[in-house]
Amino acid sequence: MTSAGHQTVNRDARLAWLFASPALLGLSCFVLLPFVLSVILSFTNLRLGSPLPLEFMGFSQYQRIFSDQAFLAALRNNSLFALIVVPLQTALALLLALLVNQPLRGMVIFRSLFFMPVVFPLSLVAVVWIIVFAPGPQGLLNQVLETITLGAWQARDFLHDPVWALPAISLTSIWQGVGFQMVILLAALQGIAHELYEAARVDGANRWQQFVCITLPQLRNAIIFVVLVTTILAFRLFDQVQIMTQGGPNYATTTVMYEAVNSAFGSQQVARAAAMTVVFFTVVLLITLLQRAVARHERVIE
Amino acid sequence: MIFKRRVGTLSVYLLLAAFAFAFLVPVAMMLFGSFKPDDQVLVQAARSGSLLPAEFGWFNYRDVFARVPFTRYLFNSAFISVCIVAGGLLVNSLAAYAFARLQWPGRDWLLLVVIALMIIPLEAIAVPLFYEVTLLGWRDTYWVQIIPFIANAFSIYLFYTFFLGLPRELEEAARIDGAGPWRIFFRIVAPNAKPVFATVAILSFLTQWGALLWPLMVTHSEAVRPLPLGIATFYSLPPLQWGDIFAFGVMMVTPVLLIFVLFQRWFVQGVATTGVKG
Repeated sequence: MTSAGHQTVNRDARLAWLFASPALLGLSCFVLLPFVLSVILSFTNLRLGSPLPLEFMGFSQYQRIFSDQAFLAALRNNSLFALIVVPLQTALALLLALLVNQPLRGMVIFRSLFFMPVVFPLSLVAVVWIIVFAPGPQGLLNQVLETITLGAWQARDFLHDPVWALPAISLTSIWQGVGFQMVILLAALQGIAHELYEAARVDGANRWQQFVCITLPQLRNAIIFVVLVTTILAFRLFDQVQIMTQGGPNYATTTVMYEAVNSAFGSQQVARAAAMTVVFFTVVLLITLLQRAVARHERVIE
Repeated sequence: MIFKRRVGTLSVYLLLAAFAFAFLVPVAMMLFGSFKPDDQVLVQAARSGSLLPAEFGWFNYRDVFARVPFTRYLFNSAFISVCIVAGGLLVNSLAAYAFARLQWPGRDWLLLVVIALMIIPLEAIAVPLFYEVTLLGWRDTYWVQIIPFIANAFSIYLFYTFFLGLPRELEEAARIDGAGPWRIFFRIVAPNAKPVFATVAILSFLTQWGALLWPLMVTHSEAVRPLPLGIATFYSLPPLQWGDIFAFGVMMVTPVLLIFVLFQRWFVQGVATTGVKG
């Protein structure tokens, strides 16, 4: 290499560092460092404002949270929430995407309408749905259900009912988030080659066969992505709980993040909260790895 | 055959109308409720056909301004979001360009680190980050709500994949004409990458505009608190007045809805591109 070429490479490298350093600095200070801190702190006894000296505690924070009824309930609730929301929301998003993808007039309006709640802040959505779930025969949902069942429905207080509170939060979340998944699936639907459907029609496949043999396999990656994102979001659940139920009644809607935030701020137990967030991160990591494995499996088949 | 198609079309529209109803009712309830006296919000929301207010008035909106510093919250939200979006566009696109086009030692493994950081959500680091900003003495400021969120691994990734897909010829031509990386980036790459700038801007704006957890953790004075906290405090502020809360909600969501209506195509495109690489 000539010396002039060498200089260009050096100048390029310096500029590259200059280009990348603000972002890299930000990521190291505000993502990487806190993440490492989170792991380290989870092995200590750190409590803000505590007179006790900082000590290494081994796994005892983890032992404690895994024998804590509230935290176990939180893990259970997050899983249950994911089990309700992920299949329902994905199926609904797919149905809406298929409907909006029909070559009919006015589809843009419906698409916008279904996407609209995505731009609503979750905190606002939560407050609005408190009214939808209002107790007594005056409550909107109670009223609707009573009309549909011709009066057989017994009005209830959804958000203060241990059985109904979590499904109520799930419904709220689906309403807010389904438009996002719909748009992703819609883009994938529109990316499917028309020739595939034409070939299927020539072979005499009906609508349902086309859906099962062409649409679903072609959407596979998009569906895996949507399922992954929705599952991770399900484990991040916080805003709706904070506003709608505060984790109650009797831990029926508490979540891992809600418990972590409460430990850190309710009782200043930073180490305990850190242990909870490490558990949370492990769950997210496992879900991501699982998704990678499933997606890679598919590439092998191709 | 034609008859069958008509039935098909009709059933598609019927289904769409049913879903449209479910999506609209809560929004309509909020909008109409904001014009009703507080004691009628609950009662009238329920009675079928009386979602519309019997008497129409702006009193709830007046109440909001009297009870909380709404304009302050609005300014805070707008200022914080705009700073994060603008700073993020600059910082993350520059980094992505360095990863996509420039040669430098350490590039490849740093890129791997950035991609790995994508899966760490704010929630997983919120507590130590809180501890960190407490040590820095940053609590209860604008900066604590802005600086940590400018650099974003996911934004870098979106920019990176887009830049990789841009044809190299234009850049090569400019390079032969003697343009350095700065000029090439700002004069050639950025103008050709508008869609990805729009995507990143919209996604980060939506996240920031709705942020509740972090501001709840790090702020306590109204001077720096954003709108989502406003509605949360408002909701917990006795006496509970639903009309006022809905008026607050309507005012909180209107700016975002306007932006959404104006830039609809970009929103939908932006969300759609996040799924492509999944």
